[in-house]
Amino acid sequence: MKKLFLILSLISFSSFANEGGQDVINSSALHPKQMKWEFDNPFGRFDRASIQRGFQVYKEVCSACHSLKLVSYRNLAAIGFSQEEVKQIASEYLVSDGPNDDGEMFERPGLPSDKFVGPYANEQAARSANGGALPPDLSLIVKARHDGPNYVYSLLSSYADAPDGFHMNEGKYYNPYFEGRQISMPAPISDDGQVEYKDGTYATKEQVIIDVVNFLQWAAEPETEHRKKMGVRTMIFLGVLFLILIAAKKAVWKNIK
Amino acid sequence: MSNHLQNDLEKSLVEKSKAAKWVNDRLPIIGMLENVLLKHPYPKNLSYWWSFGSIAGIALVVQILSGLFLSMHYVANTQMAFNSVEHIMRDVNYGWLIRYIHAVGASMFFVALYAHITRGLYYGSYKAPRELLWWIGIVIFLLTMATAFVGYVLPWGQMSFWGATVITNLFSAIPVVGESIVAWLWGGYSVDNPTLNRFFSLHFLLPFLIVGVVLIHLVSLHTVGSNNPTGVQIKTKKDIIPFHPYFTIKDMVGFVAFFLIFGYFLFFYPNSLGHPDNYIPANPMVTPAHIVPEWYFLPFYAILRAVPDKLGGVLMMFGAIALLFALPFLDRSKVVSGAYRPLFKKVFYLFIINFVFLGWLGKSPAEGWYIWASRFSTFYYYAYFLVILPNLPKFEKTLPLPESIDADFQKNH
Repeated sequence: MKKLFLILSLISFSSFANEGGQDVINSSALHPKQMKWEFDNPFGRFDRASIQRGFQVYKEVCSACHSLKLVSYRNLAAIGFSQEEVKQIASEYLVSDGPNDDGEMFERPGLPSDKFVGPYANEQAARSANGGALPPDLSLIVKARHDGPNYVYSLLSSYADAPDGFHMNEGKYYNPYFEGRQISMPAPISDDGQVEYKDGTYATKEQVIIDVVNFLQWAAEPETEHRKKMGVRTMIFLGVLFLILIAAKKAVWKNIK
Repeated sequence: MSNHLQNDLEKSLVEKSKAAKWVNDRLPIIGMLENVLLKHPYPKNLSYWWSFGSIAGIALVVQILSGLFLSMHYVANTQMAFNSVEHIMRDVNYGWLIRYIHAVGASMFFVALYAHITRGLYYGSYKAPRELLWWIGIVIFLLTMATAFVGYVLPWGQMSFWGATVITNLFSAIPVVGESIVAWLWGGYSVDNPTLNRFFSLHFLLPFLIVGVVLIHLVSLHTVGSNNPTGVQIKTKKDIIPFHPYFTIKDMVGFVAFFLIFGYFLFFYPNSLGHPDNYIPANPMVTPAHIVPEWYFLPFYAILRAVPDKLGGVLMMFGAIALLFALPFLDRSKVVSGAYRPLFKKVFYLFIINFVFLGWLGKSPAEGWYIWASRFSTFYYYAYFLVILPNLPKFEKTLPLPESIDADFQKNH
């Protein structure tokens, strides 16, 4: 039975190692580039400065087409914005509300409790503005793709000309990390200095992409830091308890002859 | 045996305490507990493989508790289900923790169940006098699979929706009445709001049925007694020890080891056991590139896809579990434990490797050599039960069994 356990663990290990290693043929997507992220390991932390810059990128670039429906303005406090700044940011948007006492719908400035206001009123409007394609909501995009952070990084940084003989459909752009390698989204981040960061960091293309991935990771899993911190404590507690219990078990079983 | 134990055995709490006697005369709960924990004989050579039963029990309790709290915030409506889960993840205090416990816990429950079943398969725990105990266990396995399946539909992501569509559609393979049955299951003509609603009802009901069947499982267990690594029956008092304190402490070690693995996934890789597509809201107009079930269904999914005919595939898949019911009659060896059967060991290890391989195939696309590998593996799965086990005793020279459980214990400890 011990042998069996060993065999099983070897198999399960190798099958994990195989994960995502499938299909690298013609028009199917490449395996994402493997980057190091600060939030990745068990002691992972959010890089708040980067997430704030990423928010600025989202606001100035991505939000032209992509909504972020599951995030509220008040959540921005968690990445280091003050209550005043959150109020200020929320108030830049118009939210439809109502009906009021006269039965009329009206528009008012956004409040911290509002969810992020999206660029389009509905799916049809979004499609009609984008040649039939629907820009996905970005709230969960990192969790909704295999190897999410690396995928988003690879996708944003790998627009290129289609290789000779590759048939491109009209209105599509070549991107080897997208399934089918043809994507409706034109390269959103194409040049250095496209964004002017408020904190003075120079916005190289690479920097912008890293910042936006950090922001989207936070948007998808805002609990990451709390979860990992709790995890480390729990594992230490359980590890010590485990050792004590093994000793206790030995002591209790000692008189069984 | 220690003195303190002998005292306990001689004098029960009911005799020592008036209050306990008063209760016990009216509801024999104290006597029952004493029976199970202190008087019932357990073989003293049980290994850690015997911990998985109580680990599965604890996993069930974890699922019921975390599920109860989730149900206080979840909304079973196609328009709201996905966002209500995200509301739990983002706005409910420790909602992310409760939901990840429940999602990872489902996988952990199956880890415990599969380990528990593997132990039974190897040590012959399905043989006389434990046939009924084994069958009740398979009923628990089936109920758990049903519960997990309907539960996975509730977040109403892409895999929820398409998994539900594919699996419920299997019933359309039944001749004549198939289509009507599917419409009846759905509560309409496609997987939609009525389906989600009834799946939520069933997901709340089934776990309590499982608890009931688990209790029956335990009654049967305490009637026939635990099997043990030698498969030799209890003969003398030297073979046995009471559950408490020996297996209470040993099971605690098992629990904490289990929670260490649980915690590793829960806190650091909570989504690694699920499919990313389930973070995309269900969309009946867009079919995912590969529809795959959760990992614990993959071996059976591979068997389903290995057969070119739909009805044939469905029958083979359910047959794979039906074989477990027939197992007590298929394995003709008089020797209970696989540890004393050299040939059995080989075919058994191959069976386990084959089963894991089937799981891997279930995850791979159903094309090219994968299909042929699935057919080959399915063939071995069936052959193991139907051909190998019934005939193995004709060729097998089994090893000498230990004289008693005590003799085995002395040799190994």
